[in-house]
Amino acid sequence: MLTSFNRIFKFAIDDFSRNKGISLAAIFVLVVTIMLVSGLFFFRGISSFLISEIQDRIDITAYFKDGVEEQDILNVKDEILKMSPNIKGVEYISKERAMEIFNKKHRDNAVIVRAIEEVGTNFLLPSLNIKTNGDPAQYAGVSNVLQTANFSKFIDRVDFSQKKDTIEKVFSITSNINNFGIITGVMLVIVAMLVVFNTIKLAVDNSKEEISTMRIVGASDWFIRGPFIIQGAIYGLIACVVSLLISGASAYLLSSKIGVMMPGFNLFGYFLSNIWILVLIQLAFGAGVGIISSFIVVRKYLDV
Amino acid sequence: MIKFQNITKIYPDETVVLQDVSFEVEEGEFVSIVGKSGAGKTTLVRLILGLESPTSGNVFFQGLNVNEADSLEIQKIRRKVGGIYQDYKLLPNKTVYENVAYIMEVEGKGYGKIKKEVPRVLELIGLEDKVDNFPKELSGGEQQRLAIARALVNSPKVIIADEPTGNLDPYNSYEVIYMLEKINKAGATVILLTHDREIVNKLGKRVITLVGGRVIRDEAKGRFII
Repeated sequence: MLTSFNRIFKFAIDDFSRNKGISLAAIFVLVVTIMLVSGLFFFRGISSFLISEIQDRIDITAYFKDGVEEQDILNVKDEILKMSPNIKGVEYISKERAMEIFNKKHRDNAVIVRAIEEVGTNFLLPSLNIKTNGDPAQYAGVSNVLQTANFSKFIDRVDFSQKKDTIEKVFSITSNINNFGIITGVMLVIVAMLVVFNTIKLAVDNSKEEISTMRIVGASDWFIRGPFIIQGAIYGLIACVVSLLISGASAYLLSSKIGVMMPGFNLFGYFLSNIWILVLIQLAFGAGVGIISSFIVVRKYLDV
Repeated sequence: MIKFQNITKIYPDETVVLQDVSFEVEEGEFVSIVGKSGAGKTTLVRLILGLESPTSGNVFFQGLNVNEADSLEIQKIRRKVGGIYQDYKLLPNKTVYENVAYIMEVEGKGYGKIKKEVPRVLELIGLEDKVDNFPKELSGGEQQRLAIARALVNSPKVIIADEPTGNLDPYNSYEVIYMLEKINKAGATVILLTHDREIVNKLGKRVITLVGGRVIRDEAKGRFII
């Protein structure tokens, strides 16, 4: 068994090194297709960042009646958090904090500053800022619950109706980005798999006569198939290493440029923190598709 | 040793290649199967090796019905047959040494035995100086000798030579036939499929004549008459 495996492995290495042209062509095509799949991985990182950035800017605010106890507001906050796992966060803004934010925001506007001085009292209401997963239905749900009898005695108003259009527009944009990513991703992966399959097919086609001779002399199917499968794995492994190096270098070089366009997003950091997932994707795609393609193509010739 | 029993082979396009062919080859015999191109000679080889199935009839190899053999038994039959072909059927990406060694590796023979046997056979065949060459670096005669070395290395019971001289000049052709005679004298059964009249007439051994897929003559000391 071990002797057979050693022989199969040696045949694979010999064939690989004796057919340098075909081997290089196969590796090149694999690198291009793995890079395509890796590109999708980076696209997903960038789009997820963009979506969460947009969603973070969307919230609804429940304004409480003047004089409601802080403890009552905090109780409402706890109730909201318990409502659904899709509630991403609820932030309590007291009257004082609201005034602080207001002052900070309008400190350069002399008219507003003077108007506040003339009023003399804090006219702002305490509130809860609520963020969900971005789905308008979630916001509508929260808004409806807050307007039921249990809460309405504390709550002055919920600004969902004013923000409804914006929330729906943002949700539709983020959903479209997600759907576009999934559809293009699936299409590109299918195209990439077909390209790899055909490249491996071309490499094995070159050995069609050899396979027929091996059959005639009584070689077992695995003794014939083994070297081609190992070659497919070698193509895939080398292509993975090359692709990983190119991905890392590209992420490093493009990181600052993308950082300018999308402040807060570090492409190289994303690469480093997801390097093992990327390695796994590249390996599964490169070596996996390489091995499976070799298996299928050789089987075709073994059946003839 | 090999028995064809009422073999008929008709391809899906209705081409009739063999019609009710029956004959037997005994152990140690030297049999020439002659016929024009397309007479069905190569189909006989493919039937023995289990590369094709007959439309009707049975092929027996050492008592085993080839049509009913499973893939493992078919592999065993192929390993027992040393094949020599007109197009040599060498492995182009392997050296002369590796081409011969491959046959022993297929059988799972040990490294020591391979290291001992392959050089011995290559020396016997006169290719000891070409061990590291690839088939494309050899002449036609050398390639055919390599094919013979490969057929001999496992000391098979049967040698099937399908038009082994088809691509060779007269000198190399006689050299190949001389080697086949030697192999036969050493005890192996030899089946020679050819349309070379001169070679068959010179051999003076059993001749089976195929015409239009039928056996029209089977003589113990036959001649090429079509």
